Amino acid sequence: MSNQPGEIVAGVLAPHPPHLIYAENPPQNEPRSEGGWEELRWGYERLRERLDKLDYDVILVHTPHWKTVVGTHLLGLPHFASKSVDPIFPNLFRYTYDLQVDVPLSEAIAAEGEREGLVMKMMRNPNFRVDYGTITACHLVNPRWDKPIVVLSSNRAYFYYSNEVGDATMLALGRATARAIAQSGKRALLVATNSLSHRHFTVEPDPPEDMSHEHIYNMNQHLWDMRMLKLMREGKTRQLVAELPDFNEHAVSECSDGSLTWLLGALDLPSYPARVHAYGTVIGTGNAIVEWPHAEANAKAAKRADAEVAP
Amino acid sequence: MSVVRGYLVPHRPQPLLAPHLNPGYTDLRRAMEQVAAEIAALDVDLLLLYSTRWVSILGHQVQADPNPVWTHVDEEFHELGTIPYSFRMDPEFAEAYAQAARARGLHCRTVATHGFPIDTGTIMALSLLNPGNRLPASVVSCNMYADRAETLVLGKAAGDALKATGKRAVAVSITALSNRMFTEIIDPAQDRISSAKDDEWNRKLLEFLGEGRLEDVSQLARSFTSQANADSKCKAIWWLASLMGQHNRYEGEVLSYQPLYGTGAAVVRLVPSLKAAKDQEFDEDDTEFFHGDRGVLQSATPSAGAYASAPAEAAPVTPVAPVASRSPVAPVTPVAPAAPAAAPPASSVKVNTAQAPKPVGAYPHARREGEWLFLSGVGPRQPGTDAIPGGPVWDADGKPLPYDVEAQTRAVIKNVQVILEASGATLKDIVDCQVYLIDMRRDFPTFNKVYAELLGPSGATRTTVEVRALPTPIAVELKVVARLKA
Repeated sequence: MSNQPGEIVAGVLAPHPPHLIYAENPPQNEPRSEGGWEELRWGYERLRERLDKLDYDVILVHTPHWKTVVGTHLLGLPHFASKSVDPIFPNLFRYTYDLQVDVPLSEAIAAEGEREGLVMKMMRNPNFRVDYGTITACHLVNPRWDKPIVVLSSNRAYFYYSNEVGDATMLALGRATARAIAQSGKRALLVATNSLSHRHFTVEPDPPEDMSHEHIYNMNQHLWDMRMLKLMREGKTRQLVAELPDFNEHAVSECSDGSLTWLLGALDLPSYPARVHAYGTVIGTGNAIVEWPHAEANAKAAKRADAEVAP
Repeated sequence: MSVVRGYLVPHRPQPLLAPHLNPGYTDLRRAMEQVAAEIAALDVDLLLLYSTRWVSILGHQVQADPNPVWTHVDEEFHELGTIPYSFRMDPEFAEAYAQAARARGLHCRTVATHGFPIDTGTIMALSLLNPGNRLPASVVSCNMYADRAETLVLGKAAGDALKATGKRAVAVSITALSNRMFTEIIDPAQDRISSAKDDEWNRKLLEFLGEGRLEDVSQLARSFTSQANADSKCKAIWWLASLMGQHNRYEGEVLSYQPLYGTGAAVVRLVPSLKAAKDQEFDEDDTEFFHGDRGVLQSATPSAGAYASAPAEAAPVTPVAPVASRSPVAPVTPVAPAAPAAAPPASSVKVNTAQAPKPVGAYPHARREGEWLFLSGVGPRQPGTDAIPGGPVWDADGKPLPYDVEAQTRAVIKNVQVILEASGATLKDIVDCQVYLIDMRRDFPTFNKVYAELLGPSGATRTTVEVRALPTPIAVELKVVARLKA
């Protein structure tokens, strides 16, 4: 780490269906499968190839499956190890984890969040079990588990107040996160781990990886997902955030857990094109793996600016 | 009575972990310990729990690990401490419950995985209500998509499982009342219900529950949800009412009502009684079998390989919506009444119609095999309401009631006619009829008179037998075979 200001090297939308880990059969996960959901898994392979070329110190995860009403919580101890069992799909995900937390950065985000007027709370109970969304996303983004992480809970403002209030809260949290990263001098990868449209099937094929049953829940969800991906690819994230309340309402989107909005807030609503690595469905929900190559885009922008002022 | 009494208890962990922080938390703790003492004095086999904090998506799940052991920390109130637990579950009952739920059309499975994250509500209830694991327990999840119909059926399936296993149980619904938490960190000593409106609604519900008016509260659930941000749409009340009996014949008592971080938390006892505090006319539908969103895995086109049945080439026939996830049926077309067919099809087709009462099991109203039409057993229930013309033959507790067999018989034959017409046939096409009566001596003469009037002209062969009971509280059922005209 240098004395330079910290930087967000990239932001990714990285959904967390446990099915993708189940399909991969890593040693940490107990259940075995015959594969499945290859489009998304190959998308994660492409994402990892890109991330492997980046130099970063820490991964920040905003997770929908640590749900908190009283503000946003952050893991506040340096080490957690346990077994994560998905309460919805215990047949697919029983994963033994051992992870490191960047506590100073977590505390800095909490402090910056409070400056934004947000309620922030550090989680310092050593027996706490880290949520399965975080574990799944971290494995899919960085299966080596060789980077410390920061984990932010999903505040329920969307459900207690409105989609608009939720988005405003998450944009503020994103700004606070970006400031804390800048002050830390660290290079950070941001992970928003939510699906797009999120209406599930309520039955499961046998075996679960029988792909002949996998498709989007309904056409409405597909159209909405494509609309969101189009805006991402065109760099129209301000427009995307403006449309998120409708998306959340009409497509039962998991964006209402705030992760994507937090990410876009931290990236300062980027206007450069996002890179879509994959889109696929998991038990009826729409999932996209999307990368915002933030450092690369900023470097290009700086180069263009230099060229413009050059004699 | 399989359920000797029911309780409502809250699910946030303060009464267990930090009762000293607020006199209200202490009072909730006292009430739950009182409930524990009451349960200990009862001759029961099982604690049967429904927790709104255990959220499921794939139908419902029943805990079947005989001894779940873990160290739990609440995701919101982690600063209050750690809850180590070791519980005693009843895996055999869990299997019976899951089977009973599936028999009623629900998607349901058991879970018995080490490390499965048991929810805070269940942990608090079992820790305080069942110290020392005196009784085995069974816990069922709260499906996030389930509405009233599905939750009622889930409660009835619990009753089925109790009957099947011969067990007597105490039922516990783990739920908040109004569920609007404070969104900022508060001094627990200053805790209160987060709004006066929520408090008023909570008190209204508790007034009813204190009078034993469980079904009244069940019927009010939707209003309560919209007005006071009820916990999980009041599903815990629906489950408890359908399990214990959808009426108001209870002795109720509110043992505690307190705020828990802004939400309404109550401990309530309901004991079955012979006398209702108040009898009401209930508006909400009742349901015995779940016909909901369970066919979504099926292909939307009839050409999707092994999961497609024969295409419904004849316009009047609407393919039945799939009931089980792996049943070999195809299109998920809304069921609708249809006009008579011009000619019989050559292939096998299932027939369902919204104009006839919903089946009480996983079967269609009729099945056409070439020119032959086989109807499932048909009773007098009315489509949509399940009301029984002439009245039911017994009440919810199995107590016999007076009924009018003539009205029931006419309703049965009307339902048969509707199904025949939806299949392209008429009453005149019936070739054979099997009749089931629950009381031959009492009902046969009247039945026979109505039959002669309405079905005599068909000239169908007929067999009439007496049976001890039918699946719903009815006195007469017909099983019909017809032949479609070329």
